[in-house]
Amino acid sequence: MKNLLLLGMASLILLSSCRNKDGKEKAEDTVAESQVDQNQSTKEEAVKFPVYDFEGFEPLLHKEDDKTYIVNFWATWCKPCIAELPYFEKVNAEQKDNNVEVILVSLDMPSMWKSRLEPFVENKKIESEVVILDDPKQNDWIPKVAEEWGGGIPATLIYNKDKRSFYERGFTYDELNTELNKFLN
Amino acid sequence: MKTLKILGLFALVLSLGAFTITPNPMDDGYKIGDIATDFSLKNIDGNMVSLSDYEDAKGFLVIFTCNTCPYAVAYEDRIIALDQQYKSKGVPVIAINPNNPEVQAGDSFEKMKQRAAEKGFTFPYLLDEGQEIFPQYGATRTPHVYLLEKTAQGNVVRYIGAIDDNYQDASKVEDAFVEDAVDALLAGQEIEVKTTRAIGCTIKV
Repeated sequence: MKNLLLLGMASLILLSSCRNKDGKEKAEDTVAESQVDQNQSTKEEAVKFPVYDFEGFEPLLHKEDDKTYIVNFWATWCKPCIAELPYFEKVNAEQKDNNVEVILVSLDMPSMWKSRLEPFVENKKIESEVVILDDPKQNDWIPKVAEEWGGGIPATLIYNKDKRSFYERGFTYDELNTELNKFLN
Repeated sequence: MKTLKILGLFALVLSLGAFTITPNPMDDGYKIGDIATDFSLKNIDGNMVSLSDYEDAKGFLVIFTCNTCPYAVAYEDRIIALDQQYKSKGVPVIAINPNNPEVQAGDSFEKMKQRAAEKGFTFPYLLDEGQEIFPQYGATRTPHVYLLEKTAQGNVVRYIGAIDDNYQDASKVEDAFVEDAVDALLAGQEIEVKTTRAIGCTIKV
């Protein structure tokens, strides 16, 4: 696990040498073109969150302990994702003693990790675990998360060692609890 | 009871404002082999564009895309390249912005004009005004490609999905899904990979 993290960091540093440094923060739902231009160079510090390719990430979808995991796929540029995040945060806090853990999987692009993702997580004081999934081979890995997933986000996987369900949609707080309750008891 | 209903309605209106509803792409819209609808949508030059305008076309790359989605932006140059590569062979790109500009200001008709000028789009860039076309196709995200083949029966859907397998770096693409599909179509061969998936920005309704 630690090796993976190191590997992620190392590849990040490598990658960042050919990445664009963007100027200012933009409004939440629009992304400046410069921020997604991958081909300009700058130096950036390593991002705070673990960065996985799908192979490294996949074990997080198949833990076999006694917990129920809520794995939410999101990105800072995805408006409905941002809208539902507080409910995942709330459930994570409320259900901790019930052996429930929320994992927030950011699909933000590498150029956004420092400029958008980190400030967002900091400003919103997000407590759930945040990881970055950075694997451009989406057509290969999307069906490995769930056969029925078309690739839209927000999307959420709830699972424990006995049961799993996938939802390609947003949640309200009540809806999330309703689904989660099917996994508890 | 009545107050409850009103409250419910109120909550519904509130929640509609806060969320975009993503239809399940596996349930709705076109499947491979379906006949795709034509349309008449306003281009950035002010003219209305329909597939039927293209008498000599062999097919179309109908691409739902927009100004604001980082994935769409990452693919702009590749969409231009596709148009340059295939327009002369009879398969032009028709780009459609499916987003509601009232929800996504950066995707207004004016902003579309600006972006097309900045990037030098060589293809029509249409606004799905009223958002009636993208749901018929079943587009759920941007960019979302539909390769159509013109036949006597109509425009038949031959490929649905992503442009290629690496949004981050065009030079690292291993499978150029759309190119492979158009090449096969033009050669009269079976398209091998007919549908692909990609993370994309949900369409703003």
